[in-house]
Amino acid sequence: MLTILGIESSCDDTAAAVVQGTPGQARVLSSEVFTQTAIHADFGGVVPEIAARAHVEKLDVVIAQALSRAGVALAELDGIAVTAGPGLIGGVLSGVMCAKGLSAATGLPLVGVNHLAGHALTPRLTDGIGFPYLMLLVSGGHCQFLLVRGHADYTRVGGTIDDAPGEAFDKIARLLGLPQPGGPAIELCAAQGDASAVPLPRPLLDRAGCDMSFSGLKTAVLRARNAAVAAHGGLRAVDQANLATAFQLAISDILAEKSRRALAAHPVTAFAVAGGVAANGQIRQALQAVCTTLDTEFMAPPLALCTDNGAMIAYAGLERLAHGEYDDLTLSARPRWPLDATSPAMLGSGKKGAKA
Amino acid sequence: MTTQQTTWTDLTEDATRQLAADFAGLLKPGDVLLLEGEIGAGKSTFARALIRSRLGRAEDVPSPTFTIVQTYPDAAGDIWHCDLYRLTSPEEAWELGLDDAFEEAICLIEWPDRLGQERPAKALTLTFAAGDPTHRITATGQRDWTARLGALHG
Repeated sequence: MLTILGIESSCDDTAAAVVQGTPGQARVLSSEVFTQTAIHADFGGVVPEIAARAHVEKLDVVIAQALSRAGVALAELDGIAVTAGPGLIGGVLSGVMCAKGLSAATGLPLVGVNHLAGHALTPRLTDGIGFPYLMLLVSGGHCQFLLVRGHADYTRVGGTIDDAPGEAFDKIARLLGLPQPGGPAIELCAAQGDASAVPLPRPLLDRAGCDMSFSGLKTAVLRARNAAVAAHGGLRAVDQANLATAFQLAISDILAEKSRRALAAHPVTAFAVAGGVAANGQIRQALQAVCTTLDTEFMAPPLALCTDNGAMIAYAGLERLAHGEYDDLTLSARPRWPLDATSPAMLGSGKKGAKA
Repeated sequence: MTTQQTTWTDLTEDATRQLAADFAGLLKPGDVLLLEGEIGAGKSTFARALIRSRLGRAEDVPSPTFTIVQTYPDAAGDIWHCDLYRLTSPEEAWELGLDDAFEEAICLIEWPDRLGQERPAKALTLTFAAGDPTHRITATGQRDWTARLGALHG
């Protein structure tokens, strides 16, 4: 049995947690998250410079809290896991440097974790499911289907060829004059609208495969908004609500249909969703419905473990350490770090290729 | 210091990607493209197509909206793809190391208004305008860009 401290600081949250157990059978002893949303609300998003500084200021505090809440002393740990990427480089660096310091001071193994692996392995932490399973990772910066066959064996079977849905939610919220972060703001506004008032496209649904596109949807919302503004001399609340509703429905339709196709192409017994966008009620319902139809078990970890947290990093570190894998002080922060570097990348690339 | 303009109109998404691929062959380290225009006007489509064409493979090009900067190793030097939307002051751009990148890398900068007075004079500004159904791109830059853009079709 291993006891692991996990540290996460790759975007807007600073988090630390202690997880104890073995692969597929672990429990969360503590999970502390310091959210920077309040700080960032004034700026309409996560402000990177502030984020890096706030991470530095908060890291040792959340780590101390996580250890104390778990009732575990540093000396009782078996390893220190930290997000080494991908993410906002200042934030990732803050976490990695902190973890290195702790590792050097205690002699404990340092385990670098891919943030996406943390999300992808969360169903094993929360539900103890076995490999293989299919995962939809859908967040601010990512949107991909992963076939998870082992703790270090990921095959991307599809994903966005342009924007991630979380990013689209944020940008559409800006277009509609709604606050940031855009996801919750649009969901709230969408409760009052009529989607049929604004016909929006479902990009790539007419094409086979599991790749998705959200950029064209953004342009379509922009045009619909401009038309509404031109017709009424401003954006009326009713148009705002209709646009938000139609947009959320379009995203939900695309994710549901592509999930259905991904499951059809890769039959597994369990489908799990993770990432901040999985917090959206309409999207969850749509995915649940797909799984019910296909008689596939649907797993959506509790919201606190869907969004960024330290427990998933501690757990992913636990899986690595249990396989004898760890890093040394040369561990570096990586802003880009695809989980599956071998599958062919997305379509939608420049068709003519390089001249050089 | 005179600036000159070149405009491309009636750009479909495919035509935007083709133009970006043409730009890819034109750029060298130290070149800075400032991509301006509203959300949904085609900035990211252009940047992605340019990077993929430059790298010569269908590289996954995630949006830099959350990470601010994404870098790609290129045979001639790194490519920096930046989205400065979430910056609040030009000083933050220097914390990211943008000043060095302007000299040594090929830089594609979305939301360059965040640079304020610090926009590099040598940069080429591409202004994206969303039409229905096609987009328009206007390039504005110093005279030496005119000769280089002359190598592009149109």
